[in-house]
Amino acid sequence: MKSAVVVFPDSNCDRDAATALEQTSGIKPIMVWHDDSSLPDNVDLIVLPGGFSYGDYLRSGAMAAHSRIMRDVKDKAEKGVAVLGICNGFQVLTETGLLPGVLIRNIHLKYVCRVVGLTVEESQSSFTRSYRKGHVMKMPVAHGEGNYFADDETLDRLEDQNRIAFRYAEGENPNGSARNIAGILSERRNVLGMMPHPERVCDPALGGIDGRGLFQSLVKTLS
Amino acid sequence: MKARIFVTLKNGVLDPQGKAIGHALNNLGFTSVDKVRQGKIIDIELSEGSETKARADLEKMCQKLLANTVIESYEIELTK
Repeated sequence: MKSAVVVFPDSNCDRDAATALEQTSGIKPIMVWHDDSSLPDNVDLIVLPGGFSYGDYLRSGAMAAHSRIMRDVKDKAEKGVAVLGICNGFQVLTETGLLPGVLIRNIHLKYVCRVVGLTVEESQSSFTRSYRKGHVMKMPVAHGEGNYFADDETLDRLEDQNRIAFRYAEGENPNGSARNIAGILSERRNVLGMMPHPERVCDPALGGIDGRGLFQSLVKTLS
Repeated sequence: MKARIFVTLKNGVLDPQGKAIGHALNNLGFTSVDKVRQGKIIDIELSEGSETKARADLEKMCQKLLANTVIESYEIELTK
């Protein structure tokens, strides 16, 4: 599996993502600068990492969504290349329109940085096939704007098309997200955006390995 | 030409910041405050002579970047 991690000014989980990818796939990902015009042609997976791209100016993810590299990310996503957006990467994906809805300020206005229970809602995707549907795992969240919002029609559509990949476990919604949504898939199921950080729980030294399944799923599907 | 863009949350979209501001105003003794909604103002100076063209450009700017129309609405005010 050949992967690329996009680096925006103020990305801060890019190297964590790269380490997780290298550990699971055995291949070092290519780091791509936001101002580059294109990604390598034969890339199987593009990761938009967590962080505070462009200082969260205007709206989180809004500036990054219009940076030069995103044109190629969009093109490749439309051609079916897998795209994973984690935390700020999820915000960038909603701002580009690759995923529906938007991530607004946490309901309590506080930045949350803790481990939450996360339920796998959908195992039928290249991102989640190593997990069992209904499996509850522990994964860290760290964000101020992770409150998933979309109109009812969009939420119903996400449910009907089985596009809700992850939900916060009952009673553990850290930000007020509609229907406890923590991660969603695109209509073609090749784009996943999620607020929790799987790349931070891929090594027992860091307190858990529940995130490994996601990267293993990708390796299994895309190699 | 100068423009002022008002970006506000659409009705029905939760505004936790507005809510917190409302609480703070109540705590300061302004008990008549029932509801607060907050937004932002963006001032833009344009080198464009035609008002019609300026308005059309500003409309595109709002759609493409200045507002996220999933949750926000915008208003454009033009002054010469």
